Amino acid sequence: MIEIKNLSKTFDKANILNNLDLTVKTAETKVVIGRSGVGKSVLLKSIVGLMKPDSGSIKINGVEVTNLSEKAYNKVRGEIGMVFQGGALFDSLTVAENVAFVLNEFMNLDKKTVEDRVVDALAMVGLKGIESMSPSKLSGGMRKRVSLARVLCMEPQIILYDEPTSEVDPITADALNNLIIELRDKLKVTSIVVTHDMNAAFKIADSIAMFYHGHVIADGTPDEIRNTTHPVVKQFIHGEAHGPITEDENLVFGHVK
Amino acid sequence: MSILTQSGNIVVRWVYWIGELTILWWQTLSLIFTPPFKGNRFLVQAKRIGPGSFLISALVAFFVGMIIALQMAYQMVKLSAEIYIPNVVGVSLTRELAPVLTALIVAGRIGAGITAEIGSMTVTEQVDALRAFAVNPIKYLVVPRFLALIIMLPILTIFADLIGIMGGFVICVYKLSISPSMYMTMVIDSLAVKDIATGLIKTIFFGMIIAVVGCHQGLTVKGGADGVGKATTVSVVQSFIMIIITDCIFTTMFYFIFNS
Repeated sequence: MIEIKNLSKTFDKANILNNLDLTVKTAETKVVIGRSGVGKSVLLKSIVGLMKPDSGSIKINGVEVTNLSEKAYNKVRGEIGMVFQGGALFDSLTVAENVAFVLNEFMNLDKKTVEDRVVDALAMVGLKGIESMSPSKLSGGMRKRVSLARVLCMEPQIILYDEPTSEVDPITADALNNLIIELRDKLKVTSIVVTHDMNAAFKIADSIAMFYHGHVIADGTPDEIRNTTHPVVKQFIHGEAHGPITEDENLVFGHVK
Repeated sequence: MSILTQSGNIVVRWVYWIGELTILWWQTLSLIFTPPFKGNRFLVQAKRIGPGSFLISALVAFFVGMIIALQMAYQMVKLSAEIYIPNVVGVSLTRELAPVLTALIVAGRIGAGITAEIGSMTVTEQVDALRAFAVNPIKYLVVPRFLALIIMLPILTIFADLIGIMGGFVICVYKLSISPSMYMTMVIDSLAVKDIATGLIKTIFFGMIIAVVGCHQGLTVKGGADGVGKATTVSVVQSFIMIIITDCIFTTMFYFIFNS
């Protein structure tokens, strides 16, 4: 379970997170939506300890993590896997070495076991026969899937996904969405998924939270969000260029002359 | 902004930078002795630094040996003292030129590479990924490079000493008609253990400078490809300046230690 209370983070005097509250129950998939730059990735990085919030509380399975030392945080990180926006695969390693990274770093497993787990993890994300390839040879979507395989290999209790289906073709995106659902149903994995893909959001979410101006303005089941009367949420989930969000930002889109 | 304020800001930034380098240096030293120990990462870096830099450092040392001999000949011939040119070649190479020039070559070749590689990892969130997987980026990235540099730079310098002396040999034997055996005798007689040792001790510190400055710039890159490019340039400039200043400090120190 992840409990976030009054979380604030400022960059260059801009309040990216402003007293944000969010709760993700065990084995729940929480989808986080919102405009680019509203702090969705900052939230994920704060949970995994890559960014220190200015104030507020983050409890992971009951443990307050905001004041932990780097060494103590590493124990918590052992239970969290993060799929980064750009994949963040290690360029100097092959695909297989990337996927087996945590196994090779922390576990004393024999070579055969590691190879089998790598093949299994890659198969789960629909990839095979690319073990010896360099990450630089992969497409954006493949990189993201290898990144997910790397996380699956460590069998975490919590997975944080930063736009897992961006740059992925629709068929593979649907397969990845099914995988996220399976991980929740079969392995009771708790997930936070940041995405702009509303179809994916409605499919995989147990609940959806929308960020706006640094805090959550709506949090509910996919049906509640789909049928909301909140004008900001409505504009966002329907992807309309005109509405309260763009008026608030004084954003005027140009036209072809 | 007044000149006073600007000067103050420069001093504060400089002190801050030195502080950051010192902290990174200290963390690296402590993590060398902290398990797990992964020898293969060190070997990859050692291979890149040692054999990878051998040819260029050897080439430079050979020509520098020739240049010293020729420059010395310009004056020594007038005094009929060309027999002492091997002494000058031997002493100046082992005490000063081979260590410093090898360090500058490695700073330009390897230091820049370290910053570019770690900088790219920083901007593509690979360093964040290391931390997210509970791996200390300093242990994973800095320690192997640091160890490889402080071990390989003295070895490269020993080769540069020998090859530079061979450069001087070519000029002295084939241009100044000093016999090969006389050249080697004069070089060996002129060198004391302290000459070679002081040159090599300096290179250990030069290796530390190249590793710490290169990694620090890489780990603190801001922005994308543009930031990596700027950090790479800054890394080379900072390493060059620090190597020269450190060389000056060590030379002064050794002068007073061995001449007091």
